[in-house]
Amino acid sequence: MNEKHHAIAVEVNGTLRHAQVPARLSLVDWLRDELLLTGTHIGCEHGICGACSIMLDGEPVRSCLMYAVQADGHRVTTVEGLANSDGTLSVLQDSFCQTHGLQCGYCTPGMLIAAQSLLNEVAHPSEAQIRDAIGGNLCRCTGYQQIVEAVQLAATRLAAQK
Amino acid sequence: MKAAPFDYVRAASVGDACVLLREHGDEVKLIAGGQSLVPMMAMRLTRPSRLVDINEIAALKFIALEADVARTGACTRQCVIERDAALAVRAPLLQQALAWVGHAQTRNRGTVGGSLMHADPAAELPLVAQVLEATMMLRSADGVRAVPANDFFIAPLTTSAKADECLEEIRWPLWVESAERRTGSAFIETSRRHGDFAIVAAAAQVALDANGRCVRASFGIGGANSTPLAFPHLSKHLVGTQLDDESINNAAHTAANEAEFSSDLHAGADYRRHLAAALVAKVLRSARDIAQSKP
Repeated sequence: MNEKHHAIAVEVNGTLRHAQVPARLSLVDWLRDELLLTGTHIGCEHGICGACSIMLDGEPVRSCLMYAVQADGHRVTTVEGLANSDGTLSVLQDSFCQTHGLQCGYCTPGMLIAAQSLLNEVAHPSEAQIRDAIGGNLCRCTGYQQIVEAVQLAATRLAAQK
Repeated sequence: MKAAPFDYVRAASVGDACVLLREHGDEVKLIAGGQSLVPMMAMRLTRPSRLVDINEIAALKFIALEADVARTGACTRQCVIERDAALAVRAPLLQQALAWVGHAQTRNRGTVGGSLMHADPAAELPLVAQVLEATMMLRSADGVRAVPANDFFIAPLTTSAKADECLEEIRWPLWVESAERRTGSAFIETSRRHGDFAIVAAAAQVALDANGRCVRASFGIGGANSTPLAFPHLSKHLVGTQLDDESINNAAHTAANEAEFSSDLHAGADYRRHLAAALVAKVLRSARDIAQSKP
């Protein structure tokens, strides 16, 4: 099939990436298959599970519900962009390890994006705010409790750093 | 790639979008937040041959508060409406409803106009449009036409917008608020999980005079068969009452009996009717209590 390709320029994790994409290529497929940023996971591919969450211009959105061509001119942060610049885990990522906030790890990138977006806005979130922030992300392993604890731990550790 | 192939074009302006709509007719679809359209395209329930993207049109993104109306651009993100403090004071029902709409990730992308044009009978914003008697401003290459919510929603996922019209703006009437005229509103729904589509939803807004007598009321039901419903003929009977529980229960039961419900995987028609009566009574009581609690 000879589909028309569109030129796009997207800032991904701080680096401007140029590509030619067919209109129907989803943003998550572009990130994973062409940029090889496989940290972002594909779950349901219709906006229910939250595994594919990324930040678009700093706000969490589902990358399966956007076409890559729509991201042209915008800024994307994936889970790879959350780690420290030397490759070590961020405070939030490390907190997930500390509290056993993951088991199989499939939902984890989406959980991290949702939780980091919350912490960027609210330094000391309540448990209700945390549960609301991750409300659009399904986890089948943890029962969510340890994820809530991870975000609480991260908020405490980040506050202590300041 | 799950969607069928399509051409893509970014509209630079509403006028640009209208020209493209007229040129390509039924083959073209506008994409705003895409939170319903993209899944439908992934499942190939819809296969437009061309998408016209209106996300980059700045003129479609605004909130303007006037004396008796709140105007919102059709492509204003749901999260922006949700966070607008001034709008929350003047049109609280919008924020109350948005608390039930999807999740943070979908509200960050989903637009107010997209939800109305999608016209799911169980969706929250279309119900608010019915209860507040919002007006849709539809632009085509010929000009702008104003369509009241009551004439806009005509069937499930179907509006009276023509194939070459773009929803440009929504006008939400604002109720007068003063010490002699206190207003209250409420929204509630039952769903399997928070953020899912409602099995049944209910919304209400009331105004009370200084003696607690109802001077204006409006309420509606979402999740019924065809469209979100408002009941102006029943609301009329609440005016003049003290919004006592008996008047409220009468209105709620009559409305639930008038609405048509169907059975599906999630709930039977009888259960939906039972819920509708209970939820309408609940939102009317909550709206009354909020109005009464104002100084």
